[in-house]
Amino acid sequence: MTSVLVKDLTLKFGALTVLNTLNLDIAEGEFLVLLGASGCGKSTLLNCIAGLLDVSAGEIHIAGRNVTWAEPSERGIGMVFQSYALYPQMTVEGNLSFGLRNARMPKDEIAKRVARAAEVLQIGPLLKRKPGALSGGQRQRVAIGRALVRDVDVFLFDEPLSNLDAKLRADLRVEIKRLHHRLKNTMIYVTHDQIEAMTLADRIAIMKGGVIQQLDSPTEIYNRPQNKYVAGFIGSPEINFFDGALAGDGFATGGTLLPLTNYAFQGAPGAGPAWYGIRPEHILSGEVARGLPFATEVEIEIVEPMGSDTLAWATLAGIPVRFRMDGQARVQSGDRLLIGFDPARASLFDKTTEKRL
Amino acid sequence: MPETQRPSQLLRNLNAKVASVPMILTAMFVFVGGTLWTVLYSFTDSKLLPRLHFVGLSQYDRLWSTARWIVSIENLAIYGVLSLVFSLVIGFVLAALLDQKIRFENVFRTIFLYPFALSFIVTGLVWQWILNPDFGVQHIIRGLGFSKFVFDPLYNQEIVIYGVLIAGLWQGTGLIMCLMLAGLRGIDEEIWKAARVDGIPMWKTYIFIIIPMMRPVFITTLVIIASGIVKLYDLIVAQTGGGPGISSEVPAKYVYDFMFRAQNLGQGFAASTMMLLAVAIVIIPWAYLEFGGKKRG
Amino acid sequence: MASAIPPGDPAVPQGPRPRRAFSARNITLYGALVLIAAYYALPLYVMIVTSLKTMPEIRLGNIFSPPVQITFQPWIKAWAEACTGLNCDGLSRGFWNSVRITVPSVAISIAIASINGYALSLWRFRGSEMFFGILVFGAFIPYQVLIYPIVILLRDIGLYGTLWGLIIVHSIFGMPILTLLFRNYFGSIPEELFKAARVDGAGFWGIFFRVMLPMSLPIVVVAMILQVTGIWNDFLFGVIYTKPDLYPMTVQLNNIVNSVQGVKEYNVNMAATLLTGLVPLIVYFVSGKLFVRGIAAGAVKG
Repeated sequence: MTSVLVKDLTLKFGALTVLNTLNLDIAEGEFLVLLGASGCGKSTLLNCIAGLLDVSAGEIHIAGRNVTWAEPSERGIGMVFQSYALYPQMTVEGNLSFGLRNARMPKDEIAKRVARAAEVLQIGPLLKRKPGALSGGQRQRVAIGRALVRDVDVFLFDEPLSNLDAKLRADLRVEIKRLHHRLKNTMIYVTHDQIEAMTLADRIAIMKGGVIQQLDSPTEIYNRPQNKYVAGFIGSPEINFFDGALAGDGFATGGTLLPLTNYAFQGAPGAGPAWYGIRPEHILSGEVARGLPFATEVEIEIVEPMGSDTLAWATLAGIPVRFRMDGQARVQSGDRLLIGFDPARASLFDKTTEKRL
Repeated sequence: MPETQRPSQLLRNLNAKVASVPMILTAMFVFVGGTLWTVLYSFTDSKLLPRLHFVGLSQYDRLWSTARWIVSIENLAIYGVLSLVFSLVIGFVLAALLDQKIRFENVFRTIFLYPFALSFIVTGLVWQWILNPDFGVQHIIRGLGFSKFVFDPLYNQEIVIYGVLIAGLWQGTGLIMCLMLAGLRGIDEEIWKAARVDGIPMWKTYIFIIIPMMRPVFITTLVIIASGIVKLYDLIVAQTGGGPGISSEVPAKYVYDFMFRAQNLGQGFAASTMMLLAVAIVIIPWAYLEFGGKKRG
Repeated sequence: MASAIPPGDPAVPQGPRPRRAFSARNITLYGALVLIAAYYALPLYVMIVTSLKTMPEIRLGNIFSPPVQITFQPWIKAWAEACTGLNCDGLSRGFWNSVRITVPSVAISIAIASINGYALSLWRFRGSEMFFGILVFGAFIPYQVLIYPIVILLRDIGLYGTLWGLIIVHSIFGMPILTLLFRNYFGSIPEELFKAARVDGAGFWGIFFRVMLPMSLPIVVVAMILQVTGIWNDFLFGVIYTKPDLYPMTVQLNNIVNSVQGVKEYNVNMAATLLTGLVPLIVYFVSGKLFVRGIAAGAVKG
């Protein structure tokens, strides 16, 4: 069943079009992540769904109700912000109950809900404190609690973990996932962090220039990016791109012919200029590369050890190529090494449309 | 559940509009309306009461042929230029001195700034007393054996405006110092480190690096001083009363006297319109540079 | 290594660099600062000593010498007996007038300006920025241009020559700078806080009174300092919009000191001057850094 429906949504600031006839259908209980670089319109879209921005055209439905013109508090949403946005002069309890008091809810019901949220988020001992006396992680829990007490259909998260340090971010990420398993609410989550997106999402919507580039499950997005932008955006370290042209059953680039064996074309194979992308982790090195459809010997130029794995750089078909090796691999720049890959793992994009072939 | 109606454009944000009524009334009625009214009536021959009997530019003709107005303008020009220059120089030097990581910075700053808390009336009266030739500075220095020493700015037509300037600078330089100090503190510490590593002497760093970096601070300070100068009135009333004779008259006092004493409203309106013109000449280019560029940017 | 240094040579550079408290630089620096500070402090000192001297001592001595015989008579006379025009009840009348003017003016101007600033930074509507622009430019219009239209305005509503008339005038002329102050302050509050309050169902006044106002204590204090000193020190509006028995303290002070009748009593004059300056001076010395912040905020952004 549909929980949030965005229909032909357009938002303009003067002459500037931020969102362009955007459509989105989010199922009940789904965890949808809006992912994109800053300025792609993801936060703007979330603010439109929340009712914090007036749309220029289109409709927004939440839980089967057209809320395009409704006040934020009437939409059945709870929202968590990047800066936590806790009311500094109210205690944690005051922060949690502010919305309920505005809705003139009976006192005992408020107390019940606050207690439940505090229990779920384990912030019971903090209820009498003010936000200034809390750590970043505790503040963000309170901010989540504020959405929780409202007992709403849809949770909106606007980059909730971006202000936290790396370790806390990883901890709270798991906690949000756990919360979603427990509550089973619809959640819409905005982030620019692909790890957050990959780990949390049922589906990811990758946005650029106010347009959704691809809306798919994390594995689909990773394995079968629908255009060159998505392929480049997802994956770290970044995918390698070869500039060349389809030539019969191969791909000619920089004097080298890369095979297309096992590659599943979307449609007819076609011909002409294209991009050939292969992820660093799909390039294998050493003896395992020997049996692959493509294998060649290269000279290692730079080695970046990262502990869990090692990133190495070499020149292939005239361009610098990075590939991932085991963290324990003992290689140095200047070593010669056999590398190879299976084209089934590659992605081909048309040169002009940049769409997947 | 019924769908929410789209609110009408007029009622949208109604509370904010209602809450802004005092501001809108002030902006439109008092500031815009009042200004237009005064400019309009400066072309009439209003005497005791304002009346719409237009006489063209004759109030302005009379204004510019009145010795007192000419003296007022000259005084304002002298006071204005000198007060601008001295305020900026003294204010910056004081700020630079305080910025040397000195001890008791707060004590010094408190002493430099306290005159700014005092009114121009108090300022004028104190300096009237200190510059009193029979008791003040002149009296004391004569007492030290220099019996021919003369320092009586408030009693000498030629230099009375400089006597006022001393008091004005005493009152106002603390503020300029504070603004400059804030500007200095706003400069990245690393600039100083870089200059030190490069072996640039401190005075050179100030003149060639720091001051150019503080351009915005200097410009706002300039505007503040300039708009304060035009308002010069209380200080004159308290310290000299415009005397001796008419030698320390200023435009603001001219306006007040013609409106409320001489009962010649038309002259007062014409004089105040000239003041408005003077301010506009300073403000409009500044506003254009300050805000005009940004909006297009 | 150490043995290579001939005896009598300066020590090997090691450990903290030697510093001398009385270096030439320090002497010049502190010398200059003390001299300048003396110049700034002098008038206050002169006011105090003069106000504590008897008239014969003033006529004989010099204004910088401390009083031989301290007398508080000038203070008593300035406060309760000095004559201005018809009344001879001293500055006390002006003091209470000033209190009755300052307190409501400060309260009203801050109330209006905080609401303006809130609406302007968080609830913009069509034209709100234009009105604000006019308001800010209004701050630069010479008062002389607006004096007479306001006289007419106040006369029409029957408040010309009353304390309430003057209070309105102070509220009007305080509005540009205070609105700017509050607008910048509310503008610096993270917008997400405002969004959160809207999601929580609070409206215009709810967000103002329950979220924004409790957060704005620092800026309210700054505004109060700015307004108390500004309104207390006003002379021009006081003399124009009130009548002699309602004159604020500054106007009365000027009338006492600069009156042409009678013998000049310099000690009483200085006592009166000090009394008038006392309120802003106390505000200044008590508020310390906040005062600096207030004038800097008021001035730089203006």
